[in-house]
Amino acid sequence: MDIRKVKKLIEMLEESGLGEIEIHEGEESIRISRASSAPIVVPTATPERSAPAKSEPPVPAIPSGHVVTSPMVGTFYRAASPDSTPFVEVGSQVEVGDTLCIIEAMKMLNEIEADKSGVIRAIQKENGQPVEYGEPLFIIE
Amino acid sequence: MIEKVVIANRSEIALRILRACHMLGIRTVALHSEADREAKYVRLSDESVCIGPAPAAESYLNIPAVISAAEVTDANAIHPGYGFLAENADFAERVEQSGFIFIGPRPETLRLMGDKISAIQTMKKSGVPCVPGSEGPLGDDGNENLRVAAKIGYPVLIKATAGGGGKGMRVVHTEATLLNAISLTRAEAAAAFGNDTVYMEKYLGNPRHIEFQVLADQHGNAIHLGERDCSLQRRHQKVIEESPAPGISDKLRRTIGERCAEACRNIDYRSAGTFEFLYEDGEFYFIEMNTRIQVEHPVTEMITGIDIVREQLRIAAGEKLAYRQKDIVISGHAIECRINAEDPSSFLPSPGCIVQYHQPGGPGIRVDSHIYNNYSVPPYYDSLIVKLIAHSDTRELAMARMRVALSEMVIEGIKTNIPMHEDIMSDAAFQAGGVNIHYLEKKLGL
Repeated sequence: MDIRKVKKLIEMLEESGLGEIEIHEGEESIRISRASSAPIVVPTATPERSAPAKSEPPVPAIPSGHVVTSPMVGTFYRAASPDSTPFVEVGSQVEVGDTLCIIEAMKMLNEIEADKSGVIRAIQKENGQPVEYGEPLFIIE
Repeated sequence: MIEKVVIANRSEIALRILRACHMLGIRTVALHSEADREAKYVRLSDESVCIGPAPAAESYLNIPAVISAAEVTDANAIHPGYGFLAENADFAERVEQSGFIFIGPRPETLRLMGDKISAIQTMKKSGVPCVPGSEGPLGDDGNENLRVAAKIGYPVLIKATAGGGGKGMRVVHTEATLLNAISLTRAEAAAAFGNDTVYMEKYLGNPRHIEFQVLADQHGNAIHLGERDCSLQRRHQKVIEESPAPGISDKLRRTIGERCAEACRNIDYRSAGTFEFLYEDGEFYFIEMNTRIQVEHPVTEMITGIDIVREQLRIAAGEKLAYRQKDIVISGHAIECRINAEDPSSFLPSPGCIVQYHQPGGPGIRVDSHIYNNYSVPPYYDSLIVKLIAHSDTRELAMARMRVALSEMVIEGIKTNIPMHEDIMSDAAFQAGGVNIHYLEKKLGL
């Protein structure tokens, strides 16, 4: 599935009053539904195919570096509050111990700290998205 | 009806819960540790959340992770399965405080039944027969404890109130060893359960383990679904269960069953539960209550035709029980073999990749399992991989079906206890029926 298409669908969902969008394209399908704070994207099960997959537009390569993964389940926030500036951006220089983001769980805000010094090369999640244990959040080089 | 359920468990019971949810059109969220990413039910569920690394303490027992997963997926209810957090009153309370439905009893009930002493006192008030005992915790007065033991009559059993499932117990045969036994059991209980309170019971020499299944809704209705005989055990772990229990008359079943249902009404019980008894010389003695769905629930489902997990979901949604006591009819006989990933003689766990799996089928055969071809059994959790259930009109025919099913089952790549089950199915004493809880260990020479 084209990432740009998925982003467009999420925008459509947010702008409209819809609770859920499901699109079928040939043998692929995707369902996006509104959750507590952010739309959740759920690729619905596609049948196993023995024929080669149709060619898709190239996905941007993930930069190399140290991956900071989520130590817990919760909701990912880029800043301390909706009005504050994000803790880091792509290109920010961070030291060990610097706060990178907040993960909210059971009404408690947990600061997630950098475990390596370097430059933020990529931010893998968007503000308000749910994260599970072990999910990549940042790439630091 | 509930719209979305978080399944806070793993392996076969997670799949069982998923099936009941999907049958009712309820969406599922499978929680899993990193070790269970490739589990069958994770693939089948509508959504999944990785809640932690392999060790249970950091995943399946991690209360904030479980509740947080329910939050981020916008679920309505959490089903705890069995084991892990299923009977943890603090967990149930936090689930409800966080705004979710806990699919199980009320937190107060979990607390009441989790303390063995208060559970026994509660049952006595409802007319449920109990093992003669100290009727309360043992104090520090040695002479008083000696007096209590003399009144009960040796041999006696010292038990931890916070224990259960066969843990935290010590048999005392003579007066000379009593006080020492009490101190030792206290110390072990403090270390294992964080509570050194102990009580005393008469030790029954040759009991059978017979338990009664109950269901209660939030409208004051409670029924029993008959009993299960779980006497074939090794180290207090059940190996084979069957229903009905051989030799129990309809009259006795109705009497004890009704006492259990009445006890449920008295304590405002909610959801599924099991009253465990020791049965000796025609008498039933209550030992503890399991406030959860149990591993062996399929044998009851086979003889009553009732879907216990579906009833749990309906009860949790606030609906009335779908059945009255007179609607419950016991039909035929069912046996369950717990197939574990273990060495059949040493009983050491045998995790690893199942390179070839073929399960039996045919009339009266039910297989509850999450395993599949090329599934890797992880080393971090218990070894139960398949529950094989056989049902037929009579006990002999159920055993015959089980023998055929066991011979068809193929699980290659790891070791299993299938040879032990085949041995038991052709054991003369087992075939006669009514063996006691020491029988299997004696037979295996343990």
